[in-house]
Amino acid sequence: MRTRIIGTTAAITLTLTVAACGSGDDGAGSGDGALVGEGSGADCQIDTAVPVGAALSLTGGAASYGESQRNGLELAVADLNEQGGVTYELAVEDDQTDPRQGITVFESFVGDNTSIIIGPTLSNGAFQAQPIAQEAGVPVLAISNTASGITEQGDYIFRDSLTEAQVIPQTIALAAETYDLEQVVVMYSNDDAFTESGYEVFASSLEEEGVEVSDTLTFSVSDTDFRPLLTEALAAEPDALVVSGLIEAAIPLVTQARDLGIDVPIIGGNGFNNPQLMTDAGAAAEGVVVGAAWNSTSDIPENVEFLAAYEEEFGRAPDQFAAQAYAAMTIIDVAVRHNCSGERDDIQDGLNNIVDLPTVLGSLTINDDRDAEHEAVVQVVQDGAFAVLG
Amino acid sequence: MDVQQLLNGLFIGSIYALFAIGFTLVFGVLDRLNLAHPAVFTVAAFVGIELVEVGGLSIWAALPVVFVVGGLLGLVIERVAFRPLKGRPDAHFAGLISSIALAGMFIALLQWRYGPDTKRFPAESFPDTTYTILGAQVTGVQVAILLITIVLAVGLHLLVGRTRLGRGMRATAENPTAARVVGIDVDRVSATTLAISSALGAVAGALFAMNVNSAQLGMGSAIELKGLAVIVVGGMGSLPGALVGGLLLGLAEVFTVQYIGSSWRDLVAFGLLFLILVARPQGLFGTRKVREV
Repeated sequence: MRTRIIGTTAAITLTLTVAACGSGDDGAGSGDGALVGEGSGADCQIDTAVPVGAALSLTGGAASYGESQRNGLELAVADLNEQGGVTYELAVEDDQTDPRQGITVFESFVGDNTSIIIGPTLSNGAFQAQPIAQEAGVPVLAISNTASGITEQGDYIFRDSLTEAQVIPQTIALAAETYDLEQVVVMYSNDDAFTESGYEVFASSLEEEGVEVSDTLTFSVSDTDFRPLLTEALAAEPDALVVSGLIEAAIPLVTQARDLGIDVPIIGGNGFNNPQLMTDAGAAAEGVVVGAAWNSTSDIPENVEFLAAYEEEFGRAPDQFAAQAYAAMTIIDVAVRHNCSGERDDIQDGLNNIVDLPTVLGSLTINDDRDAEHEAVVQVVQDGAFAVLG
Repeated sequence: MDVQQLLNGLFIGSIYALFAIGFTLVFGVLDRLNLAHPAVFTVAAFVGIELVEVGGLSIWAALPVVFVVGGLLGLVIERVAFRPLKGRPDAHFAGLISSIALAGMFIALLQWRYGPDTKRFPAESFPDTTYTILGAQVTGVQVAILLITIVLAVGLHLLVGRTRLGRGMRATAENPTAARVVGIDVDRVSATTLAISSALGAVAGALFAMNVNSAQLGMGSAIELKGLAVIVVGGMGSLPGALVGGLLLGLAEVFTVQYIGSSWRDLVAFGLLFLILVARPQGLFGTRKVREV
């Protein structure tokens, strides 16, 4: 009996000690946790695969984005694992485009020693799930959230997707100059955090450029019949339509606008930045202007390689969501190698030290607000493809 | 009054009507709310697109096939969601829930087959005609939608009013037990009613996808509440009520956008529902049901 108690106590003490080491509190690269390796940077060797969790919208409203993201992540992980030294074990879970489900997925990642969490797909879900990771000290890398305030949730929250606040002002400035815009009609879905925050940036950018907004029309994320709104817009005779909406709304909206005889440029937010727009809206997509965080036509070597590899693996061109997901793994890999450790705190430290990193998105720096900074591009649909505007 | 807005309301309203006519038919005849109806609406849109895109059919050839597919789905719904529960004291509620469950399965199958992406009819499959009527732009597809809705609504009206099957439906609606006593095969009437209802909902789904150039997994749930509003406004079970209710809702939406503001669209549309429920609970065309003792 006595021995058993001693044995049990010893076991518990041992477990607690191991757990304390495992949490990485003991600082960079010095622990004996399984995820701490030897060497540094390119020479870093970690024996155990670093567990990476991704909470993506694989079903529900944002499923088309989630699918691209999963493709981008899987491709990147395969590439990195092939390089060796540090390998990754990717777990992708579906948040069903539902913030509540996102919370559940985050909780399970936090509980099972995942080193870093990627996602969720939509800003809506991110606002609710991220505090769970922040509280538990698990770094999060957001790969598609563009609403403002995402990284303000805590010092474990990072993002590699440019915010609407970074991309839209460039888009409006260039469009206003190119098309000599004087007055426009603004449309946005007002029941979604991402499109609403996009609208706010559009409104302030238009004001800054001295473009008059003659009417502001709202719709719902699930709407597909825009004719009543577009008829109102047409009556205002705008120089352009400015729209903050997701791709599901963008396609019918653009088609119906052209049906009704609206032939002015349609300036979209990040939601419009999807090759599906040209495939599905056909000729109606001509003249759509979109600012983007990723220049699909960029000829930097990282991007050229990525385009070819993605096309070969999935049989179609990647979109921005796939590119940002792919870049995320590049960033994580550098962050892990920074301290040669897959421990949570070491990765957090590594992420704070990303400067001028070459990625498919261009040369990328994580700034003091834990947001990514890199160059944006303004595109216009011409002959069925995105071309650089201007 | 803006002609373009009037026409916008008329076209979207006629799809609401076509959707709601099928919805209300089941309620009127069988006294059941079939909540798998919106799923049929969605499935039909994807099937229609597949027929045109992969099957190479023209849009006009695809529509009758969609109608038939809808009818078959109706038979499935009757067999799976309603018939096993008939005669149970809670058959109303159980049927409601089992039809929701079946709808969930339809959508899950759809997702498995087509994935999450929005689908659309191939661009060149539409006759690319646009008419200008009093300064308003109308596409050939929209004219077709209006005509198809009228033809189907009139056809259904004649079927219910003038045929043997229609008599069976009316008798079943009046009193299923009595109908069975006088030799009407109530099971067959139930199956046929659900088949017709779903066929109409299916055509509405395909037309809707053509009209807005988009078919999504969520399109059924987006129209579901509108369909319920339409049949409440028109009168539960009333076919002319569903027709008028659909058009009314379509027009209410567009004129809210024009005169009040786009944010108020759903508020006004569903406000109408409350107003009718309070002021005229039997709906515009319904008759007040007297509870039998």
